[in-house]
Amino acid sequence: MSQRIVIDPVTRIEGHLRIEAEIKDGKVVNAYSAGTMVRLLEEILRGRDPRDAWAFVGRVCGVCTSVHSLASCRTVEDALGIVIPPNAEMVRNIMFCTQYMHDHVVHFYHLHALDWVDLVSALKADPKKTSEIAQSISNWPKSSPGYFSDLQKRLTKFVESGQLGIFANGYWGHPAYKLPAEVNLIGVAHYLEALEWQKEIVKIHTIFGGKNPHPNYLVGGMACAIGLDDVSGINAERLAYVHQLLKDAKTFIEQVYIPDLLAVAPYYLDWGAIGGGLGSFMAYGDLPTNGYNDPSSFKFPSGVILNKDISKVHDVDLRNDSEVQEFVSRSWYDYEEGNDAGLHPWKGESKINYTGPKPPYDFLNVEEKYSYLKTPRWKGNAVEVGPLARVLIGYARGREDFKEVVDSTLAKLNVPVTALFSTLGRTAARGLETILISQWGLEFYDQLISNLRNGDTHMANMEKFNPARWEFTAQGVGHSEAPRGALAHWIVIEDKKIKNYQLVVPTTWNASPRDAQGNMSAYEAALVGTPIADPEQPVEILRTVHSFDPCLACAVHLYDEHGKHISKVKVM
Amino acid sequence: MTNHPTRRPTYYEELRGKGYSRRDFMKFCTTMAAYLGLQASGAAQIASALQKTPRIPVIWLHFQECTCCSESFIRSSHPIVADIIIDNISLDYTETLMAASGHQAEAAKAKTMKDYHGEYILCVEGSVPVANDGVYCCIGGKSAVDILQESAAGAKAILCWGSCACNGCVQSAKPNPTSATPIHKLVKGKPIIKVPGCPPIGEVMAGVLIHMITFGRLPELDRVGRPKAFYSKRVHDTCYRRPFYDAGLFVETFDDENAQKGYCLYKVGCKGPMTYNACGAMRWNNGTSYPIQSGHGCFGCSEENFWDNGPIYRQMANFPGFGIESNADKIGIIAAGVTAAGIAAHAVATNLRKKKLIHNLVEEGKEAEKEL
Repeated sequence: MSQRIVIDPVTRIEGHLRIEAEIKDGKVVNAYSAGTMVRLLEEILRGRDPRDAWAFVGRVCGVCTSVHSLASCRTVEDALGIVIPPNAEMVRNIMFCTQYMHDHVVHFYHLHALDWVDLVSALKADPKKTSEIAQSISNWPKSSPGYFSDLQKRLTKFVESGQLGIFANGYWGHPAYKLPAEVNLIGVAHYLEALEWQKEIVKIHTIFGGKNPHPNYLVGGMACAIGLDDVSGINAERLAYVHQLLKDAKTFIEQVYIPDLLAVAPYYLDWGAIGGGLGSFMAYGDLPTNGYNDPSSFKFPSGVILNKDISKVHDVDLRNDSEVQEFVSRSWYDYEEGNDAGLHPWKGESKINYTGPKPPYDFLNVEEKYSYLKTPRWKGNAVEVGPLARVLIGYARGREDFKEVVDSTLAKLNVPVTALFSTLGRTAARGLETILISQWGLEFYDQLISNLRNGDTHMANMEKFNPARWEFTAQGVGHSEAPRGALAHWIVIEDKKIKNYQLVVPTTWNASPRDAQGNMSAYEAALVGTPIADPEQPVEILRTVHSFDPCLACAVHLYDEHGKHISKVKVM
Repeated sequence: MTNHPTRRPTYYEELRGKGYSRRDFMKFCTTMAAYLGLQASGAAQIASALQKTPRIPVIWLHFQECTCCSESFIRSSHPIVADIIIDNISLDYTETLMAASGHQAEAAKAKTMKDYHGEYILCVEGSVPVANDGVYCCIGGKSAVDILQESAAGAKAILCWGSCACNGCVQSAKPNPTSATPIHKLVKGKPIIKVPGCPPIGEVMAGVLIHMITFGRLPELDRVGRPKAFYSKRVHDTCYRRPFYDAGLFVETFDDENAQKGYCLYKVGCKGPMTYNACGAMRWNNGTSYPIQSGHGCFGCSEENFWDNGPIYRQMANFPGFGIESNADKIGIIAAGVTAAGIAAHAVATNLRKKKLIHNLVEEGKEAEKEL
């Protein structure tokens, strides 16, 4: 007989995610992923100035801050036929790399590490042995026995105070934790160091975008004018500041994040065969080196891999209405033409219709509709998006930089390439792409400097900023690769206003409910087969869910073309 | 703050235990005093308070939000703030960072609510959707409306982080489809502090918490409930580009020659003249920059209903420029008036069963507002 467990709230994520899972004979045999909060931003966007959309959709998420603003600017630029200047492209790329480095490091240490690192075990570590291990894996200077012994004293005192704060009721001592005490202590040390470091790297956003979280963007380019001879503009001092932060970030990633990832992985190689899930992957590509309209110049290539077949990469066309479609068969929405229809986002249409249980409730009715997330499909296929998808597609496209980081890491861990299709593979892929990103950030910086040296100080194309110069109707699509995966926005503009705005975001691809045929999306598929030592302490489920880095505020959105959703809500 | 019967270590003891020197500690106190706008002696006051005050439990709830407030909070830049504030306030519940999930997480919250009834600080990030029985935000199977009431009951004070909790922010922009409602309209009889902004500056968030811990009372608030230390001046008044405004020198379009010279952004839509916030004085991310310094106008993210205050790039109406001070100041007053009036304009209940409850809550909220 199977047992149903509920994890709600799933913590160490962005937003409100609920997992219901059926456990039988120590394994997950069935899983349901539900988003339980909705804000309806797409409806709020209707009738507004398209040039303002980046600010509204930026507020979709403060963790993956900036990614929606970037996608939105590209969407409006696509609709209006605006090409941004090379300097603005480079600034956007540098901000993109900044976001990745911040997001992936914070994910690894603050959102994911406690699934693998046992805080309490770290109290028993031998500081001298810890120091030896730390020095054997990295040149990072904070690695003396004294450093670890001071930290351990501090931790002991903290634990003895009885007020464990964010560490209270953790899964400490669970049999799924496998690290030696010394490696746990290194993990805790770097948890704290990463917390200090993360506030530095984001200053690149502040320099170009005025603040972080939620830096400012601009349709047509960027607002941060170049003023090499003025204290107000982007001048030598500002650029040197950016350069320093990029170099420091690369050091942190090379000397802390990646060595830790490689030190932890060997103890969890069994997770290289758990949590694989769909085996189908998609990326839209990003980081243009020769303009956004030349996808062949992207650092991240686009494509789709189906059924783990990396010998064949399919192309993606976001304008083709038979490729990306959203379904609501198991989501709390209704479609005019029936619940099993799939709609391309330009024609996106939906009415909210909450048919779930009245709160407070113990279980969702998972046989019917059970989530505020819609279910997107590519040519009918469920696909996984995110770091693993990007790395696999770069690898399958034969890109040398991807092949090098992937092959060398597989060799170090002595695992076959198939180990990538797993929870561990997903977590490792995030680290591998961060290595590339930390190098690319400096390349983009050099390219920006080279432009400036050549006398190009242009930062925005304002030719079509004035709505008087727009066509009466226009439609556009803009895409990006958010840290959590493929992201695209679609817009329809009419009479200088937004007529329809749709976002199909990474966590919607990954965390969505089943489709009309009953096929699972990525989270649910990845959870099936996960071993569970103790259903009361399901840390194993958290490992796989966290390996996707869930971001639920992004995933839930809705547009109602009739604006009458509230009166139409049915209450059970 | 009242002492809990069991003796808990003070901040200073904690700090020393964690390996910080007395010098680190004093440096921290001095920085906080400067941010709080205190005289030099204020540092000593803070130091003295932190050496005597025991740790205070904090419950941090997340409703309709994007987590930018939590992200901003961890950006707070003082040398030891990430360690001190996060560790030493005993952050007993926050979905963003806590190790436990599901019922273990809920149990941690319940324990703090019971053991520290009347003592814990409740931080709220996000607005509460009141439409349709509250089904648009559920956590652990409970609606946000119910979770807020339950958690507020034993709170010493409520800190509303960011514009979502203070005024509803983006999800309450027209047509506010989920009836996203700010906290002060749903909670009665508790001290409420509003720290608006999308997000608020990290150091401001830390500063407000430190004030409460240090002095054992709320910071001085303005008439809409914001700490005066950070929200009594308009961005316009503290803007380093103000002299260009006074001299009539403006950016006409982005990236023009005037933009490269750092002229005033008023004509490309800057809302600095009607926005009360500390961005001009403190700047963001440890003083690195702020929107205007990086070439984009302020769009007023700490103001009530800022998403509906007209398009971002439209020059502010009724504000004939060129340094006419009386007009500039009038705008400030009008903006504040709009804030107060807007507070009554939210919250539409659609479900019959909940309608009465929500009506009462809104009425109570109005009362609570008067008490502030």
